[in-house]
Amino acid sequence: MPSLKELSKRQERFVSGHRLCPGCAAGMIARMVMLAIDKPVVVGCATGCLEVASTIFPYSAWKVPWIHSAFENVAATISGVETAYRAFKKQKKISEDIVFVAFGGDGGTYDIGLQSLSGAAERGHRMLYICYDNQAYMNTGIQRSSATPQYANTTTSPVGKVIPGKLQWQKDLPSIMVAHRIPYVATSIPGRWNDLISKVEKAIKFDGFTFIDVLAPCRLGWGYDPSLTAEISRLAVETCIWPLYEVVEGKYRLTYKPKEKKPVIEWFKLQRRFSHLLKPENAGLLEEIQKEVDRRWEELLEKCENS
Amino acid sequence: MEKKEGWKTLPEGDILEGGSSLKFKTGNWRSSKPIHHPEKCINCLLCWIYCPDGAIKVKDGKIEGIDYDYCKGCGICAHECPKDAIEMVIEKGMEK
Amino acid sequence: MKVAKTANEAFAEAMRQINPDVVAAYPITPATEIVQIFSQFVADGLVKTEFIAVESEHSAMSACIGASASGARTMTGTSSQGLALMWEMLYIASALRLPIIMAVVNRALSAPINIHCDHSDTLGARDSGWIQIYSENVQETYDNVIQAVRIAEHPDVRLPVMVTTDGFILSHCLETMDMLTDEEVKEFVGEPPERENLLKSAREDKPITIGALDLQDYYFEHKRQQAEAMKNALKVIPEIGKEFGEKFGRSYGFFENYRLDDAEVGIVVMGSTAGTGKEVVDEMRKKGKKVGLLKLRIFRPFPFNQISQALSHLKVVGVMDRADGVNSYCGPLFPEICTSLYDLPERPKVVDFIYGLGGRDIKKSDIEGIFNDLLKIAETGKKEFNLKYIGVRE
Repeated sequence: MPSLKELSKRQERFVSGHRLCPGCAAGMIARMVMLAIDKPVVVGCATGCLEVASTIFPYSAWKVPWIHSAFENVAATISGVETAYRAFKKQKKISEDIVFVAFGGDGGTYDIGLQSLSGAAERGHRMLYICYDNQAYMNTGIQRSSATPQYANTTTSPVGKVIPGKLQWQKDLPSIMVAHRIPYVATSIPGRWNDLISKVEKAIKFDGFTFIDVLAPCRLGWGYDPSLTAEISRLAVETCIWPLYEVVEGKYRLTYKPKEKKPVIEWFKLQRRFSHLLKPENAGLLEEIQKEVDRRWEELLEKCENS
Repeated sequence: MEKKEGWKTLPEGDILEGGSSLKFKTGNWRSSKPIHHPEKCINCLLCWIYCPDGAIKVKDGKIEGIDYDYCKGCGICAHECPKDAIEMVIEKGMEK
Repeated sequence: MKVAKTANEAFAEAMRQINPDVVAAYPITPATEIVQIFSQFVADGLVKTEFIAVESEHSAMSACIGASASGARTMTGTSSQGLALMWEMLYIASALRLPIIMAVVNRALSAPINIHCDHSDTLGARDSGWIQIYSENVQETYDNVIQAVRIAEHPDVRLPVMVTTDGFILSHCLETMDMLTDEEVKEFVGEPPERENLLKSAREDKPITIGALDLQDYYFEHKRQQAEAMKNALKVIPEIGKEFGEKFGRSYGFFENYRLDDAEVGIVVMGSTAGTGKEVVDEMRKKGKKVGLLKLRIFRPFPFNQISQALSHLKVVGVMDRADGVNSYCGPLFPEICTSLYDLPERPKVVDFIYGLGGRDIKKSDIEGIFNDLLKIAETGKKEFNLKYIGVRE
């Protein structure tokens, strides 16, 4: 694992001048992932905040070969790139090691992109898929996705007089990816740079499909001051809402255990999308969430112990 | 403002040179700006790694300063700094 | 070498001889066989192709886009619903100027679900920016695929090409054809010309971004470039067709005139029906009727001026549309033919005949009936109808 000083000597390959919001976690994540990979790399992006804000013609923030084709298919598109690479390698036209990375938001990964993600994982293309998970369709104005947490306020699951936000718990995509029996699945956050960078470094060493789901706080969609992005991502871990773990060849391993498990309200009270949960009449909903978070945390601990 | 090319000279097929966003300065987005205090700075480089815009300048492992051409004033650097070596001040003209 | 092949087998053989770098495909009747046969070639090590058995047609075109954008010679094949599923990606492949070659076995679009031949699938994609080539028989299907590689990769064009053939009628029927040798095909298609691509960019450390967002200030210019490339194809396609003829004895252009030059009336037709049509022309000519046929091979780009010239002397033109535009008055080919004749000082009368939907058989007697209709219009000078449906039970 390189130190920050060593990393600072590397070339920036996700450069300034992109038009992501001030304080955007997607920007932090893209920058860190590109710094973590110290090799030639080809990147693909699904349609979404990261893609749109970083490649407004004629400006591109990517100092690497980069492709965007559509919303639901970055995994399929990069499958094609990786296959061309393997074809040329077999024909001895290329000998260099090249890394292939696909970025997708939770929209382009959990929902509309799930088919092509599953297909690429099943075929085992050697590529790293990073989901920058801001828990809603942010680029189109904060609509709910299957990654949106329960009772969160979004424009298509708004908090109203009768319904208190999104009713379903978010889809457990890391488990779906583990079920594909790919060599490496992990969760991460931008607020712990060594976690994200070490996981990216580890993932690209595997000869197969690897997946990292990175929680990406969105100051606009979640409703908080932009300076808190890194901290809010850490708080999600400290409350066990977003546990940090990795699954290496099917074996679960917790990569960070909070010294003191904080109650979920610590996380919710910082975000306007959950402000209704702080009302006394919604105490029952808060309790429901805390119970479920606890249950899933225990489940994860058990999986890690039994692995 | 760069003059915009016509279809006859533009590169074909929605292709462009990577890294060209450096020509687009986002510094004018700011309403508050970070001021770096080198006397308090321990060069931990946390501000540098967490900046979403790569607007912290580092040389030989030391913080050189802020790149105000691109800094959007989000304040993450100031918030993450363990030594309060970065202070956010309101930009000129943005005072209420 | 004289062989007996179905169009699917001919497609697969042509693909084997072309030996692309990447094929990404998904099965759908009646195109499935192409990829099945090709997969066997891959499994037997007869080609260098890396084959991706993708999980949908949308992913097939997406993977082709990724591969082609990386500099690989890329091919795929589909029909009907598969083509419809990859609809958004067709437009993207063309606008990103990727020389992908696709075999499309013409099959009717649902609903109702039907696996048989009509042209609704490929004609439905006519504005996607793909070059579209129609084949009359198995020989043409084979020859068209080989030429398609050169057309698509030509530096003035760089557009994807779909080579179409009629579902079941050609795809599953044995016909005799002349197959070129592996060396002849290899030599004709040559190596793909150098172009900007992702892997080249990675190796040379010269980053390129493909597929950026265009705001109002650039989209139009990019689209104008794409339109120009399609215009350039009008020049390139007959050049390649002529070269093919010089080397292998079968020349190709935008269309084939069959006994049209001294005809009074003529039909315009695409695909296998042209074969039946030619027989009817011969029979009617024996009876002294001055009939002729124009078999359109290239639908996109539409050879506007050449069609105009070829049909201008006729009194009446009958357009045979194997798809319904569902626009209340005609099929998709009819307006294109009419437009090409519109500015002529003296223009033929034009009528439309929609036929063969969902694989409905078109018989020689049907085509004879069409010619008789045209001859009647020529005689009376009056159009009794704009559109007639042929072969549907009332």
